[in-house]
Amino acid sequence: MTIPLITTSRWGIEDGHTLEGYLRTGGYQGLHRALEMSPEEVHEEVKQASLLGRGGAGFPAGIKWGFLPPDVWPRYLVVNGDESEPGTYKDRLLIERDPHQLIEGCVITCYALGLSQCFLYVRGEMAHGQERVAQALNEAYIKGYVGKNILGTEFSVDVILHWGAGAYIVGEETALIESLEGNRGMPRLKPPYFPASIGLYGKPTIVNNVETLSNIPWIVEHGGEAFAKIGAEQSTGTRIFAVSGHVKTPGVFEVEFGTTTFRDLIMGEQYAGGIRDGNSLKAFIPGGASAPWFYEEHLDIPLEKSVVDNAGSMLGSGAIVVMDDTTDIVKACHNVVRFFSRESCGKCTPCREGTNWLEKILDRILNGYGRLEDIDLLLDVCDNISPGISWPPKQTTICPLGPSAVSPIASALERYRSEFEAYISLSVDATPVVLTGGAHE
Amino acid sequence: MSNPSEEIDEVSVIIDGQEVHVKAGEILIDACESAGVDIPRFCYHKRMSQVGMCRMCIVEVDTGRGSSLQPSCMMNVSEGMVVDTQSELTKKVQDGVLEFLLLNHPLDCPVCDKGGECPLQDQTMAYGPGETRFVEEKRHFEKPIPINENVFLDRERCILCDRCTRFADEVVGDPLIQFIDRGNSTQVNTFPEDPFASYFSGNIVQICPVGALTAKSYRFKARPWDLEEIESTYPNPLGDRIVVQSSRDQVLRLQGLDSEAVNWGWLSDKDRFSFEAFQSEYRLDSPLVRGGGLNKAEKGGAGLVASSWAGALSIVTDSLKDVNPDRVAFLGGARLTNESQYAWTKLAKGVLGTDHVSADLGDELPAHVLLGLPRATISELCQPNNTIVLLTSDLKEEYGTLFIRLRHAAKAQGVNIVELSPTRTGLSNVAAVSLHPLPGEIGNVAEALVTGDIPREVGGITGEEIANAHEYLQNSNVFVVVNRSSIGQSTTPIIDAITSFQKLDNCRFLPLVRRGNTMGALDMGMSPGLLPGRNTLSSGSAVFSDIWPNLPAKEGADTKQILQNAADGKIDTLFLIGADPISDFPDRSLAKSAIQNAGTVVSVDLFVTPSVYESDVVLPAASFLEVNGSHTNVEGRITPIRQKVTAPGTSRPDWMIASEIAYLLGHNLNIDTPEDVWNEMTSRSAVHGNLGYPHFDNDQNGHLITATGRIPFLPSQERLESRPVDSYAMRLIIGKRMFDHGTITQMSASLRSLAEASQLRINQYDFERLGIDEGTKVQVTSGDRDISVTVKIDDRVPRSCALIYANLDGADPRELLNEGSHSIDIRIDPTVRA
Amino acid sequence: MSRLNEENLRIARQIISAYPKKKSALIPLLHLAQEQNGLVTNEAMTHIAELVDVTPAEVLGTCSFYEMFKRHPVGEYQINICHGISCHLLGAEDVLEHAESSLGVKEGEITQDGKFSFEGVECIAACTEAPCLQVNYRYINKVNADEFDQLIDDLRNETKTEIPKHGTLANTRQKIPANKAAGPAQVEESSRPIWLKRNKEE
Ligand SMILES: Cc1cc2nc3c(=O)[nH]c(=O)nc-3n(C[C@H](O)[C@H](O)[C@H](O)COP(=O)(O)O)c2cc1C
Ligand code: SF4
Ligand code: SF4
Ligand code: FES
Repeated sequence: MTIPLITTSRWGIEDGHTLEGYLRTGGYQGLHRALEMSPEEVHEEVKQASLLGRGGAGFPAGIKWGFLPPDVWPRYLVVNGDESEPGTYKDRLLIERDPHQLIEGCVITCYALGLSQCFLYVRGEMAHGQERVAQALNEAYIKGYVGKNILGTEFSVDVILHWGAGAYIVGEETALIESLEGNRGMPRLKPPYFPASIGLYGKPTIVNNVETLSNIPWIVEHGGEAFAKIGAEQSTGTRIFAVSGHVKTPGVFEVEFGTTTFRDLIMGEQYAGGIRDGNSLKAFIPGGASAPWFYEEHLDIPLEKSVVDNAGSMLGSGAIVVMDDTTDIVKACHNVVRFFSRESCGKCTPCREGTNWLEKILDRILNGYGRLEDIDLLLDVCDNISPGISWPPKQTTICPLGPSAVSPIASALERYRSEFEAYISLSVDATPVVLTGGAHE
Repeated sequence: MSNPSEEIDEVSVIIDGQEVHVKAGEILIDACESAGVDIPRFCYHKRMSQVGMCRMCIVEVDTGRGSSLQPSCMMNVSEGMVVDTQSELTKKVQDGVLEFLLLNHPLDCPVCDKGGECPLQDQTMAYGPGETRFVEEKRHFEKPIPINENVFLDRERCILCDRCTRFADEVVGDPLIQFIDRGNSTQVNTFPEDPFASYFSGNIVQICPVGALTAKSYRFKARPWDLEEIESTYPNPLGDRIVVQSSRDQVLRLQGLDSEAVNWGWLSDKDRFSFEAFQSEYRLDSPLVRGGGLNKAEKGGAGLVASSWAGALSIVTDSLKDVNPDRVAFLGGARLTNESQYAWTKLAKGVLGTDHVSADLGDELPAHVLLGLPRATISELCQPNNTIVLLTSDLKEEYGTLFIRLRHAAKAQGVNIVELSPTRTGLSNVAAVSLHPLPGEIGNVAEALVTGDIPREVGGITGEEIANAHEYLQNSNVFVVVNRSSIGQSTTPIIDAITSFQKLDNCRFLPLVRRGNTMGALDMGMSPGLLPGRNTLSSGSAVFSDIWPNLPAKEGADTKQILQNAADGKIDTLFLIGADPISDFPDRSLAKSAIQNAGTVVSVDLFVTPSVYESDVVLPAASFLEVNGSHTNVEGRITPIRQKVTAPGTSRPDWMIASEIAYLLGHNLNIDTPEDVWNEMTSRSAVHGNLGYPHFDNDQNGHLITATGRIPFLPSQERLESRPVDSYAMRLIIGKRMFDHGTITQMSASLRSLAEASQLRINQYDFERLGIDEGTKVQVTSGDRDISVTVKIDDRVPRSCALIYANLDGADPRELLNEGSHSIDIRIDPTVRA
Repeated sequence: MSRLNEENLRIARQIISAYPKKKSALIPLLHLAQEQNGLVTNEAMTHIAELVDVTPAEVLGTCSFYEMFKRHPVGEYQINICHGISCHLLGAEDVLEHAESSLGVKEGEITQDGKFSFEGVECIAACTEAPCLQVNYRYINKVNADEFDQLIDDLRNETKTEIPKHGTLANTRQKIPANKAAGPAQVEESSRPIWLKRNKEE
């Protein structure tokens, strides 16, 4: 069976982002089809498709939709276009190159679930993406694909383009909602575990990722069953992966979900083309910066959610970052930890203080002030953020960001402890330079 | 535990191996506490919503699905839950969190105000790892910055628990302090040049779990281990419960005491910081007499000079010898404890035989309203689905902790507030309905609201608005909170309104008083026609005749008539017991002339107020920090007032002064201690029953006296005619500010500067009609009276109304009051006449 | 005058009207203010506070949480050099070093002519184009030292006109024609949407 391109089919088409280009290539057929069906039937198709969320957690969309409490109104749709997990690069392309597909997905979802307003939250730094969505929405409004009485029916819904302003944590769905309410983007406490019960303005809210929703038009047009036939049993359809780092031809690829392997993607000629410069693979991050690292021996694992989970990591946001044997593991580890430290929202103590401490210790090691006991210290601080340092992580924090900083350290130390030790052995001084004082100004 | 309904609501959980029964749904951290297991916490505060931020309270919990780490402040107990607060993992996590919190915390405990009472310090002793493993530089911020006049913030010490910011936003609706920046750089701060101007800012100092927030009045004054403390009551109308803390006979701090019934631990700044006044240099510490300590006061003569008690009291007793009881009068008394009030009433009504005794200064609701309506407690008001009708001024200004309780009720307890206030208030944005009837029209508006017989428009309110509000009176319990919302409006329309609400089934009331212990004053008989225990002079004399030798022959005059009599030269001795009619009585010139024309004016006070200044004899009294006794709040709740420090100089408790005067006149009041008063009073007062003294010692909620109906409410017979305001005029509202020229505020260093200058406040629309600049001085006239005052735009004021706050620096709105009017119309002339 | 000007005030009101609750417009309005002034001033925050009915402190709390809002001046061209893991692996630190020496200023500082400032930023979602950067949020992919210098020249000579001045976010705004607007879903309105109703009845 040849696998159709489901979400990226228009990426190569010059005017695929315009209404004209979109319609010419079969756009808005899903919406037409949906409006012929009852909302419940549309929901049923998505359930049948077993579409897993593409934002990171991989929760089945159809099931999440079913968590909406009956008879509580209004309900909202919030589209998570905050893509900022290091290594992740797909939602931006979907937004820039096929905005109508996303809009169509949103509108269909609102129809199916009785959602009265949709907020399309696009990461602030994606200025071009915002322009494309704004243009697309403006066209779609005029032609009646969005807004009042969509395609002449009683179905009406506004899709509002909302801009982010630079904060990774806002990608976490409850932080996204806080941000959309005009607040600091700090995650809410769980429970409730899903905003489906209490979300935006305290009302039932569906939060879905851009890629997740971009699949909806195809599913409704072709049927959930057709979608479920593609891919593995529990990881259906296709999925977009960005392969970056030390590969010959880094790129963003839509591949069959669940059957394609890491080796295919990283080494395959039609994909990333193998490790650059004839070097060998040292490690790769299989699913975004939060994921524990994989090595040579994991290459043949299929891109299937449960298999990757069982192997001790995650597919996360479809971000594969490849490190070859020239990589300085301590620096790479420091880089990822620094990311989490800088992006901590600051709400809970272990994440706010712990990730920053980890960063500082690594800084010190890199700058030649490491001490042998720092390695145990790193691990103990990790243990205090995520007791047991296991996978999936236990957490002392509100959201998974804090524990995410533990993955790179645990991974790097497990396999490349000697690189840390090498830095430490070169330390100019066994005692640190800066000692804390209660210095007052 | 024998109450079956209580049993149903219980679940059994295992805490550290012990099975205990706790309230179903209770928050785990509280459940553990009541089971005697203390879980460390920083962000959790039981009077605020949970935020689960500090993560200190994490424990191991098993709800049947295996044990997991859970913040105990975020979990509700459920049947069969197994909790381990001592497990190795729990310990490890708590140690870890504490270590994290200490990373950036300065090691300046020895110079920190909180040192010795700091939860962080305590936890560190109990839990933390001994030695720091953090060798890098700590976070640096500029050391303490003032966030308002009274509170300093040291961001280096802050552990970002969100208590202060949550309090500001959630509890009092002043979100002027916020978390700024993100992650490890997060700090608490205000907007630049926009201070934390909250009436409640002292509370954040009290609840900050570390020494990040400090109060100017307390900084570096003491170490907690030097402090002694005692539970007491702040003698304001709500009787807020407090803890008085002192060191070396100096009060250093007042803290809110968490009483479930009243203030939940909160205090307004006006009360919290007012202790400074009582220790200020302005405090009277010896008697004063006019004109050089001669035996006879010289009217209009020299100023007040210090005197001995004997000298001062002899002037008083001389003026009282063989005096006609009808020529002796007493004003004031609301400052006093119940016991002192009783003693003074006994002197006046039992010894001197005069009934010219009134605690009201012309700005309270009449006694029959305060005593005659079926009363409700604050907690009864705040039950789910209740409707609370507010016939009040801005509670945020005058009744801080009641404002907090009602705000919470509206936001979190499912209570609907229907506000009928002269202006928008601090509660407007949580009220279900907020309407602002024209002053004078409240009776007509209430009538329409209650009956549902809705005109097109009444008192500036549309029929639609009234119909909407009317809905909230249906199918719920209705409670009415009422006060003298403006002295620019007579009590007649208010009584009309109450009369309407009385027609509702089961409607209950919480009438508010302006001055501290006015409720106690009424219950102790400090009102014409009344005797202690809500006995009337006519029917209750028999109760007292055996111990009160000279009961008055006839009912006395009210405040206004007393002042009139004095002004007319018909009063030989006028007692001002903590009363300052010149500042407070609506008709200032009458008050002045009364004091000038009375024979001998005797003030019993703490400070030289304008009225004290004009008195002939001044007797210095002890303040509530210096006496024992009790207080009665607006609910009728009696709570103890306890002495913490000694009164300055030779000042004495009020009851002792009364007793002394009686003695010098040859009568023994039989009062040697406040307890004596209590025993005598309770033996005669059916209202107080046989409350032992001090019966309520350890109950933070005090004791509620509930008797009603002894003094009947007198409903109005006829409703006041509606009187619309004509298009050239505006109707005057005289409001009250939390900080004004009131004596205590002015004598407190921390508060003095918080009072603003007098301004005329009108809304944008009316302002534009005037066509002048903001801040311009205008002439305001009412009949033949006028004042000049600057104009300020204030959109809380409804159209066609003008608000001036009383008792501020500058124009005195009392000048505009007109004898006998139910409401005052003014005209504004943009050009000030020379 | 750094309150919103007349035209932006009009836009601000439109933005606010799209949301069920005013405060939701806070971030878009901060962008609008930044577009007008190149940064977010205290006056602008105070103005926004008035417009959405919150305190200035609340606006600051939100504003300061997000990286894009600059409360201190930055260059006309703010260069964000990605140092996320993918760019790091392909030489982001070199780009940063080069920027420093080439511009003659340190991270966070502004060149003397006021034109440029730069900083290292977290992943900007262009990982396969590493190392990359953004100038005023417009992407420049796979940059090396020469290309960086060329870029600076072009910007300095104003020959690279597709990049607007700092603050301008999107050149196109969403416009909802009045007759096509479904309107915000008010939080208090609690009835089942009409299209679900119809289906229920059928
Ligand atoms: C720290 C953190 C960052 C996240 N960032 C993103 C993101 O940038 N984009 C996204 O779609 N989901 C992100 N997520 C996942 C969302 O919380 C949420 O699961 C997702 O948007 C749901 O959509 P889906 O079910 O369609 O995947 C993040 C989660 C966490 C904990
Ligand atoms: S784990 Fe970190 S990012 Fe998540 S809520 Fe806590 S502090 Fe914020
Ligand atoms: S100042 Fe005190 S109360 Fe406020 S957040 Fe910091 S530690 Fe908590
Ligand atoms: S007290 Fe529970 S998280 Fe702070």
